[in-house]
Formats: sequence, structure tokens, C-alpha cells
Amino acid sequence: MTKVASSRWRAFRAAAFYVTATLLVAVWLLPLVIGVFTSLKSMDEIMANPVMWKPPKALRFENFGEAWNRAGMGRYIVNTFIVTIPSVAGALAVSSLAAFALAFYRFRLNKAVLVLFVAGMLVPFQMLMIPVFRMSNGLGIDDSFGGLILFHISFQLGFCTFFLRNFMKQIPYSQIEAPRIDGASDFTIYARIIMPLALPSIAALAVLEFTWIWNDLLWSLVLLRSDAIKTVTLGLANMQGEFITTYNLTAAGSILAAIAPVAVFLAFQRYFIEGLTMGADKG
Amino acid sequence: MPARRLKKSALAPWAFLALPLAMYVVWVIVPIFESFAFAFTKRDSIIYGPVFHGLANFRRLAGDGQFWLAIKNNLLWLVFFVGIPVPLGLLVAMLFNGGRPGSRLYKTLFYLPMTLSFTIIGTIWMWIYNPDFGALNTFLRSIGLDALAVQWLGDKRYMTGALIAVGVWRQVPYVMILYLAGLQGVPTELVEASLIDGASWWQRFRKVILPLLLPATIVAVTISVIDSLRSFDIVYVMTNTKARAAEVLASYMYSSAFQYADFGYGSAIAVIQFLITLVFILVYVGDVLKKESER
Repeated sequence: MTKVASSRWRAFRAAAFYVTATLLVAVWLLPLVIGVFTSLKSMDEIMANPVMWKPPKALRFENFGEAWNRAGMGRYIVNTFIVTIPSVAGALAVSSLAAFALAFYRFRLNKAVLVLFVAGMLVPFQMLMIPVFRMSNGLGIDDSFGGLILFHISFQLGFCTFFLRNFMKQIPYSQIEAPRIDGASDFTIYARIIMPLALPSIAALAVLEFTWIWNDLLWSLVLLRSDAIKTVTLGLANMQGEFITTYNLTAAGSILAAIAPVAVFLAFQRYFIEGLTMGADKG
Repeated sequence: MPARRLKKSALAPWAFLALPLAMYVVWVIVPIFESFAFAFTKRDSIIYGPVFHGLANFRRLAGDGQFWLAIKNNLLWLVFFVGIPVPLGLLVAMLFNGGRPGSRLYKTLFYLPMTLSFTIIGTIWMWIYNPDFGALNTFLRSIGLDALAVQWLGDKRYMTGALIAVGVWRQVPYVMILYLAGLQGVPTELVEASLIDGASWWQRFRKVILPLLLPATIVAVTISVIDSLRSFDIVYVMTNTKARAAEVLASYMYSSAFQYADFGYGSAIAVIQFLITLVFILVYVGDVLKKESER
């Protein structure tokens, strides 16, 4: 192949990439574009011109205020933060203990405990629903933030432990040897040496867990009843019924509900994508 | 290497494991066994004091048309939720794999649907599927395919397909991520060549790239199978479990237990769902243990 031909070939390949990639992303995100457009339209415009992919003629930002106040999205979003932040922090803190034990100690049941955590994270939620609902009732923590947070922390231990343990396994043992000889206790090694080294994987995991717990519908459905403590997914599902004819408000509410996970994803996307691949790759 | 691991005291690992293991056992492991037990109890008796009901719940399942419909729908979910996202996710991953300027932005944008909850996604897709003014039918009519502009969520024949399409739309980006990880070990030129190089691209793809991607494929397939058997949110949000024609095991279990207060029957459905999933959980755990022994 001559030089000219090969550079043309390279240009063609680049053009093919950008055309295909742009088209693909545009088509794939069309539903989200429709959601954004709808959230900014007035109901009059939606009724008069029901072509969903047309941009709004006038931007009606009031929809967001109405969704926040009148439809109660503001409170649902606050509730979701109240559930999500302690759940993520708790799951990371508790699972890091288990991950440390499984990564650095040799003991007979090491593999068995690992399998228990891994298998548990894949069990269908339906298998846990009735017993967890019943136990929460029995302990008097049903219909409360605490009961939901406690469940989220416990259930997410499976994935978090597996994920963090795989990362910790890659930390060179020499990092532990020196402080041990200096007489540091096992807990000091965990808290002062290993946790700081595991920070990148903890960050990745935090991003993953934040979106998962924020987006959870099923467990809010099972464990929460009072409207005052409902989370955003549940609130939106209610809104669909209540504001059935005001699509623009429902769309605005959906976008408000999406801001936190999307912002976390965009801000930490490097961690997020690495996190998913790390977790998946190792198991 | 293992010989140099910490081993001061036999109790040390258990001191670290005590809290996580206790929480996990109480909230996850014990409930699995409880559900098995509840499957043999009468209606809502577990709330007031379990009444043994023998195999009655399972006998009822065998003759319950709604249950078999849920199984059939789950099978459809499984086939399409694996069959479409896995090859499509691989293709997209191969496209975005090269380090071309901007490819990270494409990856980020393509991944966005995965960060949104099914409540949001379901809401938007319900408008898209709206028979009168939904984007899908507007589009079909505008290109003269009026005959295809059907009641996507109102007609028993199309309902499950319409829901699966939404699930597939959200799953493709996830599979893409799994394959992007797998492709890290494959030379970029090789990947791009097999995408657009006319000569013998299929041979190269099949003989060189696919074998290298086998570990990623095992993960993508088992995760997709397990997720397909767990699908609940889309069905709940887009039908509110009232459209019984679209019911899957997960939603049928939920409606039986929490809408009709038949906890015994709901547990029996959960047990069946669990036993089907168990096969694939074992495959996944086996894969994890295999990788461990290779370490």
C-alpha cells in the first residue's frame, strides 16, 4: 500500500468511527433527550404539538419548582440522601473489616466465608423480602429510615467485601511486614496502612453503591409505608398516578431525581467505570 | 506468598469478621432459609404464627396458569436479555475501545442510562410507548408504517416484548463496560481491524478475539442471566403489576405476598425463582473459585 493510500485509509477509519459513534450515542440517548424536552414544555405545547423529540418552543423552568414543591420531590430527595449516605458509608466501613480478614489471614474457612458473601449477593431479592419484612416488623424498625439503612448495609456487604478483598489481595505483603515487626497491632495495620492504600477502590465502590442505593425501588417499597419518609423512586412512582396528565411535571420530577446519581457519576466517572470493571473482572 | 500472610492468632480474622458476618447472616443468609420454611406455611400465618401447610402451595403453583405465564415471560426475558445485550455490548465495546480523542466522552454518554433508576426510565418509556402520541408510534406513522403503530403496553401480545426492550436498552451499556475491561488485554489494532478490515475479519474475530474475551463473556452472560431472573422494577413501574400478562416470577411473588397478603404462596414462588437462579449462581461462584486457584 502506498503512503497516500494508507493515510487515506486511516482518515476513512477515523471518519467511520466518529460517524458510527455519534449516530449510536444519539439514538441511544434519544429517550433521555425526550425526557429533558418534556420537562421543559408547557402542557399546552405538549397537547398542541405532541411530537416528543421536538425541542420546546419556550423553556418552562417553573416545572422544576412545581415538581419540587407541589409534587413533594424536594422531600423525597432529602429522604433519599438520608437513606443513601449512611448506607454507603456503613457498607464500606463494615465490609472493609471482612475484606481485610479475607485478604490477609490464612484460616481454614477463608474460602467458605468468601463464597458465602459472593453467593449471597446474587440471590433473588424475593427470597429475602418476606423474612426481612417480618423481622423488621418484629424489631419495630419497619417503616423507618433505620430499618432500610440497616438492610442496605447488610445486603451490600456481599458485593463490597468481594470487591475490596480482591483489591486488597493486590497490595504487596511487604507493606504489612515492616509495621508488624515494629509491633503494630492488627487493627492499626488495617486502619493506618491498608485502608489508606485501598482508598482508590473504596472511592470506586462508593460511587457504585451510591447509584445502586439511590436508585433502589424494591426495598423502599417493602420496608417504607409513610409518605413522609418515602424515597425518590417510590415518590416518582406515586407521582405517576397522581399527576397522570401532567407529563411535564413528572418529567421534571424525574430529572430532579436523576441529578444526584448522574452528578456523582460524571464527577467520578473514572472511578465509576474502573470500579465496575474491577469488580466484574475479578469475579 | 500465602505462607507470609498474617497468622499471629487463630482468632484474629474472626475479630474482623464478627460484625460483617453477623449482619450478613442475620439479614441475608438466615432469610434464605426462612423463605424455604415459609413456602410450606398457610397464607398469612407466618405473621401470626406459622401454620404448616405441607406441599399445598407447590401443588397450587403447578395448576396456576398465572405462574406458568410468569415462567414463560421469565424465559423470554432470559433469552432476549442475554441474546441481544451480550453481542451488541461487545460490538459497542469494540467500537469505543480505541484511544481515539473523544472516545471517553462517547463511553460516558452511552453509559448514562445505567445510572438512572427504572422509575425514571420506565416513566419516559411509557410516554414513548403511548399508542396515541408516543414517540414510537409518531415515528412509525411518519414513515408510513401505520400498521405497526400498536398498543405496545395495552396489548397482551406486545407487552412483555416492550418491557424487555427497555431492559435491553439499559443493559447494553453495562455489558459494554464488562467487555471494555476484557478488551484491555487485547491489542487495539487487532480489535479495530476485525471491525472494519474486510479481509478475513470474521476469522480473526472468531479465532483470536473471542477466545481472549472468554472470561469477560462468562461474566457478562451469567450476570445478565441472573439479572434477567431478577427483573422486577421495569415490570412494576410500567405495569404496576396490574397488567398480569406481563408478570414475571419476581413481580408475581411481590403481588402475591404484598398485595394479596398470601405470604406462604409468595414464598413458594420465591423458592422456585431461587432454585432456577441457583444454577447460575453456582456457575458464577465456580468461576470465581477457578480464578482464585489460578492466582
